[in-house]
Amino acid sequence: MINSSSSGNMQRQLQRIGRNWGLYLLLLPAVVLLLCFTYKPMYGVIIAFKDFKPALGIMDSPWVGFKYFEKFFNSYQFSVTIKNTVFISLYSFVTFPLPIVFAILVNQLRANRFKRVFQTVTYMPHFISTIVIVGLMMILLSPGNGLIGSIYRLFGAEAPNLMGSASMFSSLYVWSDVWQHTGWDSIIYLAALSSVSPSLYEAATVDGASRWQKIRYIDIPMLIPTAVTLLILRIGGLLGVGFEKAYLLQNNLNISGSEVISTYVYKIGLLSSQYSFSAAINLFNTVINFTLLILVNYISKKYSENSLW
Amino acid sequence: MEAATKLALQPKKSAGSDKIMETLLYIWAVIVLIIVLYPLYFIIIASFSDPSAVGSGQVWVFPKGFTLDGYKELLNHSNIWVGYRNTIVYTVVGTLIGLVVNVSAGYALSRKDLVGRKFLSLFFIFTMFFNGGLVPTFLTIRDFHLYDTFLVMVLPFSVAVFDIIVARTFFRTGIPTELWEAAQIDGCGNLRFYAQMVLPLSKPIIAVLALWFAVGQWNSYFNALIYLQNENLYPLQLILRDILVTNQMQTALGTGEAAQIALRLANLLRYSVIIVATVPIMCIYPFVQKHFNKGVMIGAVKE
Repeated sequence: MINSSSSGNMQRQLQRIGRNWGLYLLLLPAVVLLLCFTYKPMYGVIIAFKDFKPALGIMDSPWVGFKYFEKFFNSYQFSVTIKNTVFISLYSFVTFPLPIVFAILVNQLRANRFKRVFQTVTYMPHFISTIVIVGLMMILLSPGNGLIGSIYRLFGAEAPNLMGSASMFSSLYVWSDVWQHTGWDSIIYLAALSSVSPSLYEAATVDGASRWQKIRYIDIPMLIPTAVTLLILRIGGLLGVGFEKAYLLQNNLNISGSEVISTYVYKIGLLSSQYSFSAAINLFNTVINFTLLILVNYISKKYSENSLW
Repeated sequence: MEAATKLALQPKKSAGSDKIMETLLYIWAVIVLIIVLYPLYFIIIASFSDPSAVGSGQVWVFPKGFTLDGYKELLNHSNIWVGYRNTIVYTVVGTLIGLVVNVSAGYALSRKDLVGRKFLSLFFIFTMFFNGGLVPTFLTIRDFHLYDTFLVMVLPFSVAVFDIIVARTFFRTGIPTELWEAAQIDGCGNLRFYAQMVLPLSKPIIAVLALWFAVGQWNSYFNALIYLQNENLYPLQLILRDILVTNQMQTALGTGEAAQIALRLANLLRYSVIIVATVPIMCIYPFVQKHFNKGVMIGAVKE
């Protein structure tokens, strides 16, 4: 009885699959690409536990267990890269609320024409490439003939070499990001605010609520679900200081403050071809991020209704 | 009586503090505008100025010692134009591939009657949080013989799971189930329905995803740095890296008067090349702006 009903179920499922074959065809390109270029490399991760020799291939290279993980934990670079990565991540984490504040303030701008111009202008830096941003910073912050040099000279002072300072690296990294992306990142919060029903504000006005009270009791609660989702995603990337900008901003002078996991993985793996060592460092990084994400999502699910899945 | 005066007074009082708040708000907005715009404006005026005037801090508001040498110098660097051509091709082809791959996947996943929807969604979302990392991916690309080819720039990394989720959310709310049911009764298959009904109704989401892809393609340098060796395939961004960041122009110069002139040009080139590389991609945004309404953006993170 049970058997026949489940096989009938199965048949119905198969029928539905057959009827919707077109949908599977639409999915096919994305699935094939992911299998080839994302899932296949996941299998390649086992080289982190092997002594990978390109001539032998992944399968036939000898197993070495945790040798390369130990090598990383015992190396001088371990504490430096972890410290820099965590510090820069936490630093940029602190700037997380800025797009929210930005969106709330933009939402308060009443003059529509001005508001539109303001938004367009503040979105603009988002379209500049990382290379141009770093090039801009080098031009503007050059102590010799850059803008900052000129400003210091106005006051008769000598400009510091910000680009060559290990201790300034994190600030440059974080604040240039703030400059470039705060406007753009606020879009999503502005969208959430624009879905607030006007009658809510009207009712608040009738009740004599001040502007600040409307922000406090209408706008902010409206933004919290979006903010929590983005926050969880952000924590999942806690050990993920992006390669692109860090690598470009690096130079011999600031290297002690600018070497992060992603740049180290690149140098070890592709510049000096220590494939297994690099894969081990990378895997360590990914596992920590993944664990953090699961953990934070779990906590968020437990204490609020917000969750990624 | 007392209550009445209170009521009468209240709007007046809050209007006063509102006015201060309003003023502060606009002061803030103007400061933000200056902070965002001035560095960009400075690059523009510097690109038209005598580099020695820029270097000695005489250029603040208007160009000084007006010159077009920086832009003329661009013509002498054929690699910039090769890079430009490559970037345009990568951007156009990469955006088309990205749209086909991701919009289709997003639509299929939006359909409630898709068997295995949960598993497929997980299959996609998992890749957002876990990946093989740099070296295994590099080895895979090499195994597929894609290293140092045109294709590596447009095909292997064209799946963008975040974009698929955004598209899926759009289709769920934007394409009513009844539409598909009606089409089905008329004997319309999934593919024809997708091509003739869904896509024409989805211009906003296509425009937004196209913008994301185009900007990403235009600006990225990571894949080119890792997977390209042949300079004839280099995108503009890698050429820019040589000019702006690693200063390969300047270190190759040496000394003497000829070197002085070359140094001057190299300095000017840094400004003009920024303008030429950045303006085209910024010009796309206004065309897509109207689609950035709440309908598209609101579903982006939720679900």
